[in-house]
Formats: sequence, structure tokens, C-alpha cells
Amino acid sequence: MKLILHIWRQANAAAPGKMMRYEAAGLSEDMSMLEALDVLNEELIARGEEPVAFEHDCREGICGSCGMMINGVAHGPSRATTTCQLTLRHFRDGQELYLEPWRARAFPVLKDLVVDRAAFDRIVAAGGYVSVPTGSAPDGNAIPVPKDDAERAMDAAACIGCGACVAACPNASAALFTGAKITHLALLPQGQPERHERALRMVAQWNLEGFGSCTNIGECEAVCPKGIGVEVIAAMNRDFLAASWAERDRVHAGA
Amino acid sequence: MSTSAVAVAGRGGLRFYQTTVGKKAVMAVSGVLLFGFVLVHMAGNLQIYEGPEKLNNYAKLLRSVPALLWGARITLLVMVILHIWSSVQLALLKQSARPVGYVKKETLQASYATRTMYWSGPIVLCFIIYHLLQLTFGAGGTPFQEGDVYSNVVQGFQVIPVSAFYILSMILLGLHLNHGLWSLFQSLGFYHPRYTKRIKGLAAALSALIVAGNISIPISVLAGWVR
Repeated sequence: MKLILHIWRQANAAAPGKMMRYEAAGLSEDMSMLEALDVLNEELIARGEEPVAFEHDCREGICGSCGMMINGVAHGPSRATTTCQLTLRHFRDGQELYLEPWRARAFPVLKDLVVDRAAFDRIVAAGGYVSVPTGSAPDGNAIPVPKDDAERAMDAAACIGCGACVAACPNASAALFTGAKITHLALLPQGQPERHERALRMVAQWNLEGFGSCTNIGECEAVCPKGIGVEVIAAMNRDFLAASWAERDRVHAGA
Repeated sequence: MSTSAVAVAGRGGLRFYQTTVGKKAVMAVSGVLLFGFVLVHMAGNLQIYEGPEKLNNYAKLLRSVPALLWGARITLLVMVILHIWSSVQLALLKQSARPVGYVKKETLQASYATRTMYWSGPIVLCFIIYHLLQLTFGAGGTPFQEGDVYSNVVQGFQVIPVSAFYILSMILLGLHLNHGLWSLFQSLGFYHPRYTKRIKGLAAALSALIVAGNISIPISVLAGWVR
């Protein structure tokens, strides 16, 4: 199997980039998209050219490292699938594919298809945590969690932070990612003490990173490899509005 | 034990309106109030089918208490300003949030209405300005007689370009509402796997009702049913 790959090549964060055309031959339809790039890179290295840089780690759809626009769709045409899990059988022999990095001011391109997603880490650091007592470990299951809440929290926690939601969003908004992190903790009893503070801080950090606003169109949920829906965005908005209202308590308490 | 208040601002120094979620909440609340006006305005105007006397008396009634009239006008003006101001700021943010675009980009599930919000809004604004010039200030280039709303409307809509612009604007308003009417629930934090589907259906039905009710007037005038 053969693919015509148009790939964004950019030497480093400061250099200008451009689309380059490559022919990747000797592929198998059982290969993943990343393996196709591996094959291409071996050929490039053999020819003495610079291989295509792309991010990858687990290659089993759980780390969130890989991710690129494939013919204008984040992670390619297969729904709820990461780029590493996307097999070539979704494409025709000889098909032309356009591979581009995520595009957002908050995700600067480092090289070729690799972007810096540290902005996501800073959003999580702003409030995506729970306080735990130090000392002896608490008893397991000491805090009862309703089954449905646990399931929904787990659905939100499935977010791997790949950035596809930002990439697909016409506003380059981080609403789905931030919403997933906030919802994941807001549904659990352990997440309650910081719940309001978390919503305020994480939304603020998302904004300070330079991501855009949510316009409720749903392109993010269409590309999310973990199938996270826009419900988490509403849940985040709800927590943020409630927290903004509750902030009055601090105004009165303040010196 | 310390009794001092938490010192670090929760929003990292951002005030409510400085956040995108805050702006969208303002857009949602101003939007729903503007929709309320559009709905009542249409219901009132449909009295054109009951003859000149009925419509002109209704127009007189609306102006009978100046405090209420001006209260409503000022409220609407403030809502229009908030709605536009927040959307302009978010549109500018959209520009800056993705300085380099894609060579290839597909749209998977965003509806036509959502992709035209930034167009439908400004065109509807142009329409509102002309609509006020024409039927409130009498400066729209069509025959105008203070207090005779019925004749002003009928004679105005007999001008085909005026009717055509009106119909186009209403269709765009319908598209705008089709997205906005359900999106405001999402912006204000309400989503439910069952009810959001119904809200979307209701939003589509209400926007269709607004379009149908309003464009029936120029169509009736052009067809000679209302004269």
C-alpha cells in the first residue's frame, strides 16, 4: 500500500514552515498512521534527510502524546480514535493525506507535527487537584460514591489531554479539556472542598493561556478520541457561575 | 489559627467579565431578553391582520406610558450593546487564538447556523437600524405618516427591495436564533442528555415561528392580501 503524504515541515519553533510532499511506499493496511510515518522516516534517514518529527509514546491510545490533523480532522477520520490507533485500512491505496500540527496560539509548534501542550499542564496545575490528608492512608471505600457519579466522573477522567478538542475548535478553545477536568473532580465527594476555587482558577488559566472561547458548536466532541461530550462544558460553566456568585462570601470576609 | 480571608484571587486576577465563560453568560442573558422582545414584537405586529384600527391602537397603547416605553427602549439598547460588545470581543479572541490556520480543515458537526453567527448577527443589526429608520423615524425612503403604523407598513412593504431585505434578514435572524436559543442554556450551564435534545427542537420551532410570523407580513402585502 502507498500513501501520498503532504506534511507540515518546520525546523524549529522560530523557523517558518511549509507543506512538503512525500510518497510513502511499502505500507500495510494493518499499520497505524504512526507506523506509516516510521516507514517514511526510515526512508528519509536512509536518504540522509531529516525525519518527520511527531510526538508519540504509548501507541495504545491512552497517553495523549500523538495527535495531528489528518485531512483536516483531528486524529483522522475514525471516530473516538487516537492517531496511533488509526489504521491505514481507513484509507485507499494511493490516497493523498494532509498531515498538519494542532494550530493554536497556546500550542506553539516545536518541530514539524510536534506542538507544545504545556498550557494544558498549567490549566491542570491551576486547580485540577484535590486536597488529601498526609499521614496514614484512609480506609478504602470510606467515602461512598454513587455508582452513576463514579461512572460519569470516569467518563470525564478518560480525557488524555491530547489537544484534539482545541485543534478542531474554530475558536481554538480549551473548553472541552478544562470542562472534562473540572467535571471529573466535581462529580466526586473528594473534589468538593476545592470545587468553586477549581472552576474559577482553571477557567482563568485557560483564558490566560490564550485559548479562545466556546461557541457551543460541538466540533470538539466529534473529534475527542475518548468520546467526551459537551455536557462537561455545561458542567464547567455551571460551576464557574456558581463559584462567581459564591465569591461574595469572600468579599465580605475580606479585610 | 488564622482568621484572615483567602488572599489569592480565584480567577488569577481576572474579573468575571474578563473570562470567556463570563462573556458568554452575558451574551446568553442579553440574547434571551432580546429574543423575548422579538417574540412579543411579532405577536403584536400580527395584529396587522385585524385591520388598521386594531394595529394603530396597539401602537398608541405602547406609547401611552412614556416611562414604560423608554424603560423598554433603554433596556433593549443596553442588551443590544452588551450582546454585540461581548461577541466582538470573543470574535477578536478567536482571531488571536489561532494565528496560523490549517491548509485543510473539515467541519464535522457544526451546523450551518453556528458557522454563520458572525454573519447573521451584523446583517440583522443593519436590518434593525434600517427598520428603526423606516418605521420609527420615518427616514427609510418609504411613505411615512406618524401614528399610522398600518399604512406605513403596507406602503413600505410594497417596495420590493424593502420587502426582500426584510425577508432575508428574518431568515438570518431565524438561523441566529436556531443556534442561540439552545446555546444559551449550554452557556449558562444547563445540559441534560434528554432535555437538551428537546431544547434544540424547541429552539428550531421557535425560530421557525419567528421567521414564518414575520415574513408573512411582507408576503401578504406583496400578494395584496393586506392593503
